[in-house]
Amino acid sequence: MTYAIEKRIDLKAPVARVWRALTDYREFGEWFRVAIEGPFVVGQISRGHILYPGYEHIVWEAMIEKMEPERLFSFTWAQIRYLDKARYSCDYSNAPHTLVEFCLEKTTAGTLLTVIESGFENVPAEWRDDAQRNNEGGWTEQMKNIERYVAEKS
Amino acid sequence: MSRKNLRPSHPNRSSHAVLFAALGDKTRLALVARLSAGQPASISQLTRGTRLTRQAVTKHLRVLQRAAIVHSARFGREAIFSLDPEPMRQMQEYLDRVSRQWDQALARLKAFVEE
Repeated sequence: MTYAIEKRIDLKAPVARVWRALTDYREFGEWFRVAIEGPFVVGQISRGHILYPGYEHIVWEAMIEKMEPERLFSFTWAQIRYLDKARYSCDYSNAPHTLVEFCLEKTTAGTLLTVIESGFENVPAEWRDDAQRNNEGGWTEQMKNIERYVAEKS
Repeated sequence: MSRKNLRPSHPNRSSHAVLFAALGDKTRLALVARLSAGQPASISQLTRGTRLTRQAVTKHLRVLQRAAIVHSARFGREAIFSLDPEPMRQMQEYLDRVSRQWDQALARLKAFVEE
């Protein structure tokens, strides 16, 4: 049984381009949809807020762990129990944290990006029902958007 | 992972760490596999055909019970053990949710760097 999530995606862009999109805080913010206050610095906490419609009240916070140029970028962040405005809390001190690692590899077509998020064994079991509630509504619509997007791009 | 025989969610205060620790052992995984066939079994039945002692099986079953993936019921003098896939399913559901969010974010990254 896995307790990590691993994603691999082929990007038709040079490693240097992907590295910048991941580690320049403004570029990261563009595609991740978060407004980050300042540059990523190893060993420091980066803060901002989510720009995704409906989730603007959520504080984005990550501890930058590693930045090995054009190879590895990693940070830890909190798992958030409640995303809805009424129950959301921006105090992540007691929240379970997971590690996110972006690994870049040069390919003939561009870059192979592997994303691994690990540490889910720290997430309390009783959060499961919340996950379902958080997903109610918006999620189905979002999935349709992705399908449409992927269909157009491929 | 089996999605059959789902029971209503029971109060489960344990963290997933307990579940992972419980499943992080070959013998216990074998017991889970054995019980996942669907038939509840007694300690004698679970010991038969293995090199394990009754005591060892009992000990491993206790760990699985603490993780709430195995439940026992008493029939006369014998306890019968059955598998509850719900905690494993809950964990998978949480991971599926995070996984979908990554798919979405990475699709946006792809569009961003390839434009």
